[in-house]
Amino acid sequence: MVSRPHGGRLVNRVASDSRREKILAEAAELPQIPISVEKAIEAENIARGVYSPLEGFMLSEDFESCLTRMRLASDVPWTLPVVLDVEEGSLVDISEGDEVLLTLDGSPTALMEVEEIYRYDKRRTAVSVFGTDSPEHPGVRRTLKMGDLLLGGRITLVGSVPNPYERYTLWPIETRVLFKEKGWKTVVGFQTRNAPHRGHEELQKTALAFVDGVFINPVIGRKKPGDFRDDVILEAYRALIRHYYPRDTAVLAILRYEMRYAGPREAVHHAIMRKNFGCTHFIVGRDHAGVGNFYPPYAAQEIFREFPDLGVTPLFFREFFYCRRCGGLANEKTCPHPESDRVRFSGTKIRELIERGEVPPPEVMRPEVAEVILSFEDPFVR
Amino acid sequence: MSRVEGEKVTLEISKELYERAKKWVESTSDFSSVEELIEFLLGEVLSEESGEQVYSPEEEEEIKERLRSLGYL
Ligand SMILES: [Zn+2]
Repeated sequence: MVSRPHGGRLVNRVASDSRREKILAEAAELPQIPISVEKAIEAENIARGVYSPLEGFMLSEDFESCLTRMRLASDVPWTLPVVLDVEEGSLVDISEGDEVLLTLDGSPTALMEVEEIYRYDKRRTAVSVFGTDSPEHPGVRRTLKMGDLLLGGRITLVGSVPNPYERYTLWPIETRVLFKEKGWKTVVGFQTRNAPHRGHEELQKTALAFVDGVFINPVIGRKKPGDFRDDVILEAYRALIRHYYPRDTAVLAILRYEMRYAGPREAVHHAIMRKNFGCTHFIVGRDHAGVGNFYPPYAAQEIFREFPDLGVTPLFFREFFYCRRCGGLANEKTCPHPESDRVRFSGTKIRELIERGEVPPPEVMRPEVAEVILSFEDPFVR
Repeated sequence: MSRVEGEKVTLEISKELYERAKKWVESTSDFSSVEELIEFLLGEVLSEESGEQVYSPEEEEEIKERLRSLGYL
């Protein structure tokens, strides 16, 4: 029995074929609201149950409750706002109670029942979610640039968002069937935005030592220059799984999702999404979903204390390193040796080596993984 | 776990079981009270009973077909 969906029920807001045809036939008469690809992906995540129990973009009651007490109005834990913002002037002829069509590049994505149009305080939202209103924080900057009004209401998905990684995309209903077919009763979720080094592998395998399977779920979305390209991350993981994981212990599928860099709050959100995919456990390492020095390194672990009713078990790990004296991977909790014996996994250092076409040492990265990465002409986002 | 707020009823359980549950609750951080523990356990049992299946057998077969075609099964 994999994990129950968050809030008890897996949401499905994808239009049936007949409903879809009907909506599209009426599309010309519906007011349209153009949305960004990021918002279209949010709509898809809502409709396909990744954000269960949300059935649409948040109403003010849930939004307020999320900001002030990290729960929906129904008391279900929920830490990040999922909202649709619009510019005030763009809402000509749209009022509460209307149905509108959300469109991406002119194509219908979803029908939305606009239940509520409301104002909100951007600075206060930023401070609640990110713990800061510093413009140095990318999430704060994005929040301050949002439209002045929020639209809340249920959606029905009628289109799909172009996806270059269709064959690596699984939805919660599919992973639930998959985990069941594999006979996994316990599944640990792993969030990543990176090509795997030994530290990542150790996190997963330490967890795997006492659960049935690991769900490796890289987030595909907007990247920063210097990040590994999405296709590189996927191929690197495929190599790692092929060479270093026992058969039928790992599933690799992507999640299209825009990182907020909200640290602790986002760590809980990441856990909730993986719970909806069927995970019973979720790995939280050092500085999960953090950015710069905005969050203490283990704040994203501490926050879970506030959610005894989360319904997915967080697994907390100290940062792994390679210890020459221990002769293997270790962390503060398992190794007594001084820093001089330890090799830290620095993303920057790994990148520098790869930039120069050099293979990182095997205690830092598996040679098969390094080989795959180096086989790309340019593995980085520019 | 969804907690329904509002209406509550009183249940009777054996004192011995209650004392054991209370001890257990106090020793872990997962539940704040015996009530919370009982609500959770009942919810689990009942949802397993009803299956909470969100797909029909036909849909499940379609899903498996896609998983096979992608190499996941
Ligand atoms: Zn050591």
